[in-house]
Amino acid sequence: MRLLALAVTTLALLASPSHAAETRSFEDIAAKARGQTVDWNAWAGDPQTNAFITWVGAEVERRYGVKVNHVKLTDTAEAVTRVVAERAAGRNEGGGVDLIWINGPNFLAMKSQGLLYGPVTQALPNFRFVDTERRPSSIVDFTVPVEGYAVPWRVAQIVYVYDSARTDPKTLPRSIPAMLEWAKANPGRLTHPNGRNFLGATFLKQALYELAPDPSMLQKPATDGAFGLATAQLWTWYNVLRPYLWREGRSFPETGPAQRQLLADGEIDFAVSFDPAEAAVSINSGLLPDTARVMTLEKGTIGNTSFVAIPYNAADREGAMVVANFLLEPATQARAQDPKQMGSFTVLDLDKLSPDERRLFDHPPEAKGLPTNAELGNSLPEPHPSWMTRITEEWERLMNR
Amino acid sequence: MWLRLAPALTLALLLGPIGLGFAWTVLPAFGHMPSIGAVGPTLDPWRTLFVTSGFIDTLRVTVTAGLTATCLSLVLAAGFCAIAAGSRTFSRLSRLVAPLLATPHSAIALGFAFLVLPSGWIVRAISPELTGWTRPPVGLVTIGDTAGLSLVGGLLLKEVPYLVLMIIGASAQVPVAATLAVSRALGHRGLSAWVKAVLPQIYPQIRLPLYAVLAFSLSVVDVAIILGPSQPPPLGVLATRWFSDYDLSRYPPAAAAAVLQLIVVIAAIGLWRVAEIPIAALGRSWAEGGSRGFASALLIRLAGIAALLAGGLGLAAILGMVVWSLALVWRFPDAWPSALGLATWQAQAGIVAPALANTIIIGAAATVLAILLVLACLENEVRRGRRPGGAALWLLFLPLLAPQIAFLFGVQVTLVRVGLDGTLFAVIWSHLVFVLPYVFLSLADPFRALDPRLPATAAALGADPIRVFVTIKLPLLLRPLLIAAAVGFAVSVGQYLATLFPGAGRISTLTTDAVTLASGADRRIIGVYAALQAALPLLAYVAALGAPAFLYRHRRALRP
Amino acid sequence: MKQPAALNLNEVTIRLRGTGAALVENLELSISPGTVTTLMGPSGSGKSTLLAFCAGFLDRSAFAASGAVCIGEDRIDGLPAERRRLGLLFQDALLFPHLSVGSNLLFGLPRSAARSRFERRQIIEDALAQAGLAGYADRDPDTLSGGQRARVALLRTLLAEPRALLLDEPFSKLDAALRAEIRTFLFEHVRARSLPTLLVTHDAADAEAAGGALVTS
Repeated sequence: MRLLALAVTTLALLASPSHAAETRSFEDIAAKARGQTVDWNAWAGDPQTNAFITWVGAEVERRYGVKVNHVKLTDTAEAVTRVVAERAAGRNEGGGVDLIWINGPNFLAMKSQGLLYGPVTQALPNFRFVDTERRPSSIVDFTVPVEGYAVPWRVAQIVYVYDSARTDPKTLPRSIPAMLEWAKANPGRLTHPNGRNFLGATFLKQALYELAPDPSMLQKPATDGAFGLATAQLWTWYNVLRPYLWREGRSFPETGPAQRQLLADGEIDFAVSFDPAEAAVSINSGLLPDTARVMTLEKGTIGNTSFVAIPYNAADREGAMVVANFLLEPATQARAQDPKQMGSFTVLDLDKLSPDERRLFDHPPEAKGLPTNAELGNSLPEPHPSWMTRITEEWERLMNR
Repeated sequence: MWLRLAPALTLALLLGPIGLGFAWTVLPAFGHMPSIGAVGPTLDPWRTLFVTSGFIDTLRVTVTAGLTATCLSLVLAAGFCAIAAGSRTFSRLSRLVAPLLATPHSAIALGFAFLVLPSGWIVRAISPELTGWTRPPVGLVTIGDTAGLSLVGGLLLKEVPYLVLMIIGASAQVPVAATLAVSRALGHRGLSAWVKAVLPQIYPQIRLPLYAVLAFSLSVVDVAIILGPSQPPPLGVLATRWFSDYDLSRYPPAAAAAVLQLIVVIAAIGLWRVAEIPIAALGRSWAEGGSRGFASALLIRLAGIAALLAGGLGLAAILGMVVWSLALVWRFPDAWPSALGLATWQAQAGIVAPALANTIIIGAAATVLAILLVLACLENEVRRGRRPGGAALWLLFLPLLAPQIAFLFGVQVTLVRVGLDGTLFAVIWSHLVFVLPYVFLSLADPFRALDPRLPATAAALGADPIRVFVTIKLPLLLRPLLIAAAVGFAVSVGQYLATLFPGAGRISTLTTDAVTLASGADRRIIGVYAALQAALPLLAYVAALGAPAFLYRHRRALRP
Repeated sequence: MKQPAALNLNEVTIRLRGTGAALVENLELSISPGTVTTLMGPSGSGKSTLLAFCAGFLDRSAFAASGAVCIGEDRIDGLPAERRRLGLLFQDALLFPHLSVGSNLLFGLPRSAARSRFERRQIIEDALAQAGLAGYADRDPDTLSGGQRARVALLRTLLAEPRALLLDEPFSKLDAALRAEIRTFLFEHVRARSLPTLLVTHDAADAEAAGGALVTS
């Protein structure tokens, strides 16, 4: 099987279509884009994001004559599969996937197999506003240099959502060992999404950050030796924790939102999330009570950036670039940050904006449940994607034992 | 004449995708898929499949849940029909099967999940008054249990009503009342007499639908995603999961899993067929034993009541989703939302519209095509005076017996090759494959039952065959025609894999969106999708019953 | 109107496919215009099968038939049913239940008889009035009595301008009083229009009332 995988990967590399950086001007691109329909493959488990994508579609149609079709995914891997299947069938032009919301292992897989179109960021006028200095995750995704093959559009950082009416903020477990003690005292009220889900793996990754002997080793690819060494503590911790998890750690919510539903139903007390505005957004939509809040860990939590990328064979790549550029517009980013809309923190460097544009972002995070930058604490860099893949594999092995 | 080609064309449209799709599933299963650089034959995909951790559990839960669901469905449905044969209340209740049959599996499964969760409606209804619970109980596993019990429960809600309908349909061809009267005169209790004397007459007629239920229970994907265990999952879910993996090397073992799924279904049907023989013998010796059936009557009554319970849960599942779609805030342990409103509907209206439109277009197109083909086949059959044999019926049932996963991936590969993947055309065709058998089954009997002297009289009055068909047969068959259309439409609305694969995920319907959302979206929004999923086919049924009733309000002989 | 002609059956043989048993063998019949020939025999003796053969509805998968059916000089057994112009009546009236009484009659009325809507309507109104059913055109056939239905069925057949009549036990479902009335009504029309008529029955009284030749099978 390994051999087959290797053979396929080699073949994929050999068959990689030649790449050329996008050299056209944005005006030319926008002119070509008019009339195109962009099949934007995006994970659809979050209604706010779905609504935001719908709004984006209406705006780019109005302004650029580009339509957006939101292809709703349960897992981003589905879109990758589609591109792979298209190449397997020899369709190197006119592919059905135009834009993918992507990061992490999916991005690595596509980039390393030459399945992405680009580099494109230099062709997008709004890319100059992106914060590339203070937030390196906008050009380095999970230690993989993006090199212009993907366009950042929203940032994420791990938080834990809880209900302050149910859990006293003073008793919050603000470190990984404290979380174990809390679970022992409150059996059945803690869980995490399924380890195959990126958020579930993220829960474990965050724990690894605190439990690894040396977190810097996480920035390099996970070899057999390094993985064993770095994760020994993690699995010890997890094996003790597991019987105190929801359903005694025998089953897990499939996704983040499923986990949030459990929090809303009162089955659990903490829900890990990658969205700092999760509590605020959920309060706004009536999903969680007004007393919902987010907590981070004392030593900081992992943060990353979400991208959109264009497959190498996308039929409507010009339209896709127009959409990507539109996503980086200050007004679009400001709307995205509004907890009433999507509550997603911006990828832009506000210092690079005009005062008027900056003011768009001002509008008051007096909204309930929104953390301040100070409360959010340190943003830790993502480990190399191989860690996540291996954590998932190891977790599945643990489950099937 | 073109009409003569109808049966061949129909079978080609039906079997073409299945055959081609199956071929493109079997080849990768033996490591042959040149497009990804794999050249077989090799058994590696099977080795990979067999050594996958949890594979044994996957196989176990697939087989046990499938067989249990089918056995229980049959027992419950038979129990219900036994009681209904002698009870007017029960036979009236059997009309409630319509909404249950019309609602797609996934919608019922979503509603069922909410009913039985530890934080679900049932617990909410009795908490905290009876239970003292102000928070959902810890350690109660009701959905996604590793034994697959919740999967069985969810399947029962749809399969019991389906089999009840099949048994009632088959009863029309058996002298039920006379058989019961004779048995009772001989001193048997009505209930056990039904099982001893009526069921054996009905069973051969429901055999194919029953096998379809068995095949479905063993290979279902959407319901299993919602209710089944996820780690390890049933075989169909495992195959679907691997097929959707970005890692190319997962394709061959996924194809192997799909082929194994087919083998499991064939083996189970074979096993069932063989098991019928000793069970029939046991039944005969029981009937000949002369017992007057006191204990058996009790068991039958229990089965019938369990069937009622399943029906009630099914209706409550639909209702629960409707209530959720109207709920603004509904927190545990409230038995009813603390605030109701249309906000979710308003917010979702624009978002759900494209999926709704797709669902209607695909369903209508597939249904119209199916009706046209079936009518052409039936008219040809009448004109040529030749009925299709048993083999043709099996072929027609093939789409319902073969697990979808075993050929839909191959269909997608074929579609990509010819550049038709992700088109409405492809999705409509793939829906047609599943819609057509149901349309044929529901239209064939009324069409054949039409008094042949009516068209003969019309012809003697000078009407040519086309005029007879259009002005006599179609109007007289309006009601069964519309009901067949409603059945076909409902089948189309419920399709999950048959939309996902040929649509390449680019064409979304209410059902694909609902299953996507089931992985954890806001329950109020899931409620909107599930309510629409239930409402569309139901509206089709209402129209199918209402239109002829209105059009023929002055025609007494045509009133139901 | 064309000249009335006789209905002739020459060497008609009908066999069951499979066993090869003959239901009808070398049957020769000649029915003059305005007369009724009665075919009598127990049920299952192939009487209705013979009518189906004449009218063009024989189930060819179950029966093999040979011989000729002619009206006058016209051989009709090769024609499709709708072009044979034979009036066919069964024991049930078989009015089309989705059409009104008037529409049932209009269904059989040839375009050659009348083209305009008004004329066509007039013809059926007159026919109904003559049959004692004035004003029944818009009625639901299901609301008619058995006798009324039988009369409408006959009117419908006659309005289609048949060249001969085939009657398959048309009175067997009527009660005794009604039977006499409908018989008279029918045979009057047969004579008035000079139609050669073949009647199939197992009731001797029918044969007697018909007054023509009697063939037993």
